[in-house]
Amino acid sequence: MTKRILHVEDLMVSFDGFKALDIAFFELEEKELRVVIGPNGAGKTTFMDVLCGKTKPHTGSAMMEGKDLVSLNEQEIVELGVGRKFQTPSVFGSLSVFDNLMLAFKTDRKVWRSLFYRLTPQAKTRIEEVAETVGLKDALSMQAAFLSHGQKQWLEIGMLILQDPKLLLIDEPAAGMTDEETAKTGRLLLDLADRHSIIVIEHDMEFVKQLARKVTVLCEGKILTEGPIEKVQDDPQVIERYLGRSHGTRAEKAERLATAPAAVGSAGGNP
Amino acid sequence: MKTPRVFGLFARRERTALVLAGLAIVVVPILNAFGVVSDLNLNLMGRWFCFALAALGIDLIWGYTGIMSLCQAVFFCLGGYCIGMHMLLKTGTKSVYGSSLPDFMVWNQVKALPWFWEPFRHFPVALALALAVPVAFAFVFGFFAFRSRIKGVYFSIITQALALAMWLIFLRNETMLGGTNGLTDFKTLLGFQLSDPSSKRWLYVLTAVILALAYFGARYMVGSKLGKVLVAIRDSEHRLRFTGFPVTRYKLFAFCVAALLAAIGGILYVPQTGIITPGRMDVKSSLEMIVWAAVGGRGTLGGPILGAIGVSLAYSFLTSHFPGSWSYFLGILFITVVLFFPEGAVGALAKLKLRRGKAKPAPIPEASHASQSDDDARLSGTVLAAGAGTALTASAETTLTANAATTNASAASATVEATAVLKESV
Repeated sequence: MTKRILHVEDLMVSFDGFKALDIAFFELEEKELRVVIGPNGAGKTTFMDVLCGKTKPHTGSAMMEGKDLVSLNEQEIVELGVGRKFQTPSVFGSLSVFDNLMLAFKTDRKVWRSLFYRLTPQAKTRIEEVAETVGLKDALSMQAAFLSHGQKQWLEIGMLILQDPKLLLIDEPAAGMTDEETAKTGRLLLDLADRHSIIVIEHDMEFVKQLARKVTVLCEGKILTEGPIEKVQDDPQVIERYLGRSHGTRAEKAERLATAPAAVGSAGGNP
Repeated sequence: MKTPRVFGLFARRERTALVLAGLAIVVVPILNAFGVVSDLNLNLMGRWFCFALAALGIDLIWGYTGIMSLCQAVFFCLGGYCIGMHMLLKTGTKSVYGSSLPDFMVWNQVKALPWFWEPFRHFPVALALALAVPVAFAFVFGFFAFRSRIKGVYFSIITQALALAMWLIFLRNETMLGGTNGLTDFKTLLGFQLSDPSSKRWLYVLTAVILALAYFGARYMVGSKLGKVLVAIRDSEHRLRFTGFPVTRYKLFAFCVAALLAAIGGILYVPQTGIITPGRMDVKSSLEMIVWAAVGGRGTLGGPILGAIGVSLAYSFLTSHFPGSWSYFLGILFITVVLFFPEGAVGALAKLKLRRGKAKPAPIPEASHASQSDDDARLSGTVLAAGAGTALTASAETTLTANAATTNASAASATVEATAVLKESV
């Protein structure tokens, strides 16, 4: 039997009385790649915010390695081994790609140590390895602000890898990517799943199919259903509330948007 | 990762800095000894270097870390007042009134020296306090502000409120720091006569040496991993936080270093100027310091130093040649910088070089502010505009302060006496 890494119970977040998140039970096994899908406003990002300490829930617990993430601050959560990738790529634009990775590399983060920090050859090799993995080996000396959107996403994933977390929280890694870039990102995540536990939020069903793992469907803050992608896809409840409206390839979606402007409102709005 | 080309650029910048430091530390004092550079000009330059120290601190906290502190003049003055208190106690009975108490206490009918003046009798203690008080102040204030995650515009506004509060406190006679008139009538420092030209020359050399050391120290700092963390705070604070860095501590460190540099500037400024008044720490003074950094080019270290010296030079030149309208020139300068050279003089020069094809766009982190938030840009614009505005409207006031600063001790105490008489008649 595989070990559990994350155990969430009765997690509730409300904003001014509106229940943004209400998860009764959620578990993640070690080295599991879980995809969380759901319509806009389903609470997917809020869920990640809670796990990484950005948002404090009103009730509930999220146990990882015997510690409750809910009671820890961001830094303690990172030290426990949780890494977060944000939806919009956030990298340090004025620094070089190498320096971005160097800052993420797992070392002492104390102020004085940083002042007298010397890069070890091992660290340099590791950084170059990761740069290779995320396809940025040739861009190491480039200023991160000048990277393309996709490259920034990969750089941020590379930074996460260097943090060497046990649990990776990845919010819409393929957003704004071309189909080719999306496929590459998918391969990267599958590769990472050999060594880390990962939760991925995603909208793009093609991408979710590529990952082809267990899927959790969130809707109105609650878990609607959980299971393999094939099963979830055929679930009438899921089709009714989510897939029915956004199922299809990017091209089809775009076409639908273009030809039926009246449908845009309902497709983008909350159920 | 530094490519050889970038390395070459670094080397050139360092060489320039060394040459300028050599000129300031060795050549200028020699010229002064032979009478080529007048004592007055040497003294002026020494005081500009003090401003440059404060501007360097602003570059670390604002240019690199992206935190606009509008109370740097307070730290400058805290350092200055501490050393001023020491020098005033050393004047002793040689003061105008011949009392062992400072003159302003005699007018205010204070009979005994307030307790907090006592430690300042001894130079080492006074110097230690001059450095420790501003840094401790920055630490406590920064601790609460950064811990509460106050940032951006809100931090700037709070620091400005702090500057105003401190100014009001120092204006009061009850504070026992000379009220509006501040501290003056300094005679000796460590046994040297301050009026002696050779003392002045050594003070100048000391200031130049400390400025050079501070520059190279700051250069090391921004090149270290710590410096990159500071830039990372500017670029994406939340990314850094979720990378596991104790962001609050880094901010606090940068804020304290900036305060320390300002304090050192103040400590060196007061003996060379002969007076310190609350006018040096009002809201406008802190804004002016921001303007120095902006005009020179923030995030470049050299830029703010040149900015502080350049703006002070312009100030000095314009006030003597166009006493009635200098503030318009300064105002126009600031507005021009805000509108056309947001990256300051150094940034503008770098762009010019780029255009001429002398250098290709190199990934020098500090040259770019591309990723700074719009908020910050807007704020900078507002503050610079405010700086320009105050320069235009408050000219008379500043001129007065400047005049007071350059007059000798007796003239200053005459002004002080006049004020005291006025107060009595009221």
